[in-house]
Amino acid sequence: MARKISNRHKTVATIAAWLVAFLIFFPILYTIITSFKSETEAIAGFNLIPSWTLESYSEVQSQYNYFKPFMNSVIISIGSTILALIVAVPAAWAMAFTPTKRTKDVLMWMLSTKMMPAVAVLFPIYLIFRDLGLLDSRVGITVMLMLINLPIVIWMLYTYFREIPVEILEAARMDGAGLWQEIWHVLTPMAVPGIASTMLLNIILAWNEAFWTIRLTTTNAAPLTAFISAFSSPQGLFWAKLSAASTLAIAPILIMGWFSQRQLVRGLTFGAVK
Amino acid sequence: MATKHSSSLARFMIAPAVLLLLVWMIVPLSMTLWFSFQQYNPLNPIRDGFIGFSNYLLFFNNPAFIASIINTLAIVVSVLLITVIGGIFLALLLDQPMWGQGIVRILVISPFFVMPPVAALVWKNMIMHPGYGVFADIARFFGFQPIDWFAQYPLFSIILIVAWQWLPFATLILLTSLQSLDSEQREAAEMDGAGFVNRFIYLTLPHLARAITVVVLIQTIFLLAVYAEILVTTNGGPGYASTNLPFLVYQKALLEYKIGQASAGGIIAVILANIVAFFVMRAVGKNLDR
Amino acid sequence: MLAILFWEEDMRFKTFLLGGCSALMLASMANAETITIATVNNGDMIRMQKLADDFTTKNPDIQLNWVTLEENVLRERVTTDIATKGGQYDVMTIGTYEVPIWAKQQWLLPLDNLGADYDVADIIPAIAGGLSVDGKLYAAPFYGESSFVMYRKDLMEKAGLTMPDAPTWEFIGEAARKMTDRANDINGICLRGKAGWGENMAFLTAMSNSFGARWFDEEWKPQFDQPEWKNTLETYVKLMNDAGPQGASSNGFNENLALFQQGKCGMWIDATVAASFVSNPKDSTVADKVGYALAPDNGLGKRGNWLWAWSLAIPAGTQKADAAQKFVSWATDKAYLDLVASKEGWANVPPGTRTSLYENAEYQKAAPFAKMTLDSINSADPTKPTVKPVPYVGVQFVAIPEFQGLGTTVGQLFSAALAGQMSVDDALKQAQDAATSTMQEGGYIQ
Repeated sequence: MARKISNRHKTVATIAAWLVAFLIFFPILYTIITSFKSETEAIAGFNLIPSWTLESYSEVQSQYNYFKPFMNSVIISIGSTILALIVAVPAAWAMAFTPTKRTKDVLMWMLSTKMMPAVAVLFPIYLIFRDLGLLDSRVGITVMLMLINLPIVIWMLYTYFREIPVEILEAARMDGAGLWQEIWHVLTPMAVPGIASTMLLNIILAWNEAFWTIRLTTTNAAPLTAFISAFSSPQGLFWAKLSAASTLAIAPILIMGWFSQRQLVRGLTFGAVK
Repeated sequence: MATKHSSSLARFMIAPAVLLLLVWMIVPLSMTLWFSFQQYNPLNPIRDGFIGFSNYLLFFNNPAFIASIINTLAIVVSVLLITVIGGIFLALLLDQPMWGQGIVRILVISPFFVMPPVAALVWKNMIMHPGYGVFADIARFFGFQPIDWFAQYPLFSIILIVAWQWLPFATLILLTSLQSLDSEQREAAEMDGAGFVNRFIYLTLPHLARAITVVVLIQTIFLLAVYAEILVTTNGGPGYASTNLPFLVYQKALLEYKIGQASAGGIIAVILANIVAFFVMRAVGKNLDR
Repeated sequence: MLAILFWEEDMRFKTFLLGGCSALMLASMANAETITIATVNNGDMIRMQKLADDFTTKNPDIQLNWVTLEENVLRERVTTDIATKGGQYDVMTIGTYEVPIWAKQQWLLPLDNLGADYDVADIIPAIAGGLSVDGKLYAAPFYGESSFVMYRKDLMEKAGLTMPDAPTWEFIGEAARKMTDRANDINGICLRGKAGWGENMAFLTAMSNSFGARWFDEEWKPQFDQPEWKNTLETYVKLMNDAGPQGASSNGFNENLALFQQGKCGMWIDATVAASFVSNPKDSTVADKVGYALAPDNGLGKRGNWLWAWSLAIPAGTQKADAAQKFVSWATDKAYLDLVASKEGWANVPPGTRTSLYENAEYQKAAPFAKMTLDSINSADPTKPTVKPVPYVGVQFVAIPEFQGLGTTVGQLFSAALAGQMSVDDALKQAQDAATSTMQEGGYIQ
């Protein structure tokens, strides 16, 4: 670093950033704290130090076995992501490296398929799922989430692939590399970061999808969004329990996000970085 | 020959995605279109049948319709403004050298990982509840009467929650873009004696234009469909104060089971979304091609 | 490398995708019949889930699959499923609102096979009436409630008044205003204001019954333009402005419960189930100061209390009707009450369904509000809810499919009137317009 940064500047920036970060993170922090309170503590006014009771967690667990919806969420979000990548990688690759006049229009059209409000098509989709025997099946909901997120996945990959210089490809072709060699040896290493972050973003979107995952599942395929629905707005004030269930529902994806944030950020540019 | 070969290969590679999306678009859209001309109420099937444009007329004449369009646009525009401006501010702040940058970044992006119903539940109960929420505790601490956010400022409350969820996304993209700004360029500008404000206006902001475009585009798609946050918190009220178009369609479909009217509402929502998308592309789309 | 094996129990879709290093399998239960039960996430239902081992030991050939959802999502899910014949559930938890409508559509199986020792006659008549169509029982009540007045004895005394067992609206109004002490953050009365057919409209419709109002006349003509409704809504808005809490237009059951438990309400008219919360010293700061009275009236012969029962019903499409009936019989019979009492005490027994429970001395001891609850339930009649004749069934609702939507629309208008965003007259006029167009659309009127 050539610039000399004064310690004072750094201190001020640090304090300001930590303050803002704390404010933004506070609702999540407070939920986690509340989940370790007893129900009486939870409504006893502002208090950052809980009594660290696990009462709410054990109650939540005894009411709804966490493992099953958790596994369903994992399967559904990872499964739909892999499916989406299988379809999207070739499409985005082709659009990025052999663009035509219509490529932009096709992309915009793909994005526009996301604009139908989900609830308006619930009945048609429910009827189709019933007839195909896909209600409450992990395959059904996985395919559904794949379709919902496909446009975003294609777009993100496209913008990322487009940054890969075409000259490298041409050089490889000059060397007589075949198509598969071209893809495997030249493109893959350059594309991996983009694919990784697309994958991460899609897992997050699929994990948090809360319309179809609740409406098209019953028990066998029900993920954590359905789990949360078993604890929201009960009769009575059970905020510690609600906080514990909320913490359980968001913890896996939060932890995944924290550990993979570098990879996530690297490709989360949608071509915004030149 | 090579180009011909590769363009047919390209078509072959795009085909699965296009076909899937085509089916995914056409099947629900045509069914919705068909239902939008039917009277279809699964709970009261006696009068089902073709009724022409009545569903559209009923939807337009709904006293909540105009309010819902205004609220939809208000949510989209306000959240975009908050997340873009707040995101630029946050990105500039996080770009400064500091201690514990990694942890700060983790904390700032966290809301993006929270599923919408949980976010809404947390804000409704833990933060904005007039009796037990943190805001109420703060108000009481300073001797004020706690504000009942969802009754007095329903739309603002929704916007606040949604903006909280999307601020991290905007911040991340803007920050990545900011960090790619050539540090030599920056230093050159500094040497020339350009002040912070000038540097920001003439160097940083143009550089961020593409990132801002991306934020606006992606978020618009998701913001036009905001609904879980409303369902959990205000239920569209009081009156129609926080009813947006997706929520109105929800009411028609899953509260009144007027599938015909809900379908008409869905078609209207698609048209609205395309109009908004058109203007967004006109306004910011050219940044993408640079 | 991530690898996933999809294993679907559904025979039509046994799909294998991306096999690889790791696999997840959920063993499908061999031979046992599995029934899927949709329940609401209230305390009594969750307790039933925990006690269900008793059922599975008695019926080893039946497995239970639970779906627990919050009320609104549950209603949405089961309604969608039954209307499309999706066949996802074998037993559904539904309310007194759904039963008459669904039974009329022939979507529910009549419960005529609950077992020889199942005591149908013991079901409280008002509740049984709400769950029967043409004399046939279509759902078995699991838990029932009415509404009544809960009040603070100490504040009532301070105001120099005595609460009668059966108060009038006039007395409630006077007491509420006298008890209000804004300086000490005490509101004379807390009532529901949050929009929704099961929220403020449950209360207001029940209240309007005691004012002689009705939703529709015998010809299904909406009646919001009648003086009775105006009187109801004006009384309500004025009372809440004078003696209600701030921001009342977003208060539902939980919000009012919180206020009352903190000692901020002099009176609260709401579900009888609230009594067990407000009298529980663990949660409530006013547990030892609560008195109970019947919901108020206006001397017209009807009181302002509702009637609701969460009940178990069996959709007509199920393949497992016998197992489902066995389960419904287990969960709603007298023996279940004894089971809960022996495991968790009499105070935790699901209330409001069986006459014998209220004759039980031990229960009366554990639940001091038992008599008032029973009297409240008995004073509501879903088949004759109003002073003037009506073509519909239901006390705090109208059992027609259109009511969910219409009730919520009207609820939003009345909520806006309470919040001061709209005048009472405008709210009533718009409610009348909304009701008229809904009824025209539904073909009830021309």
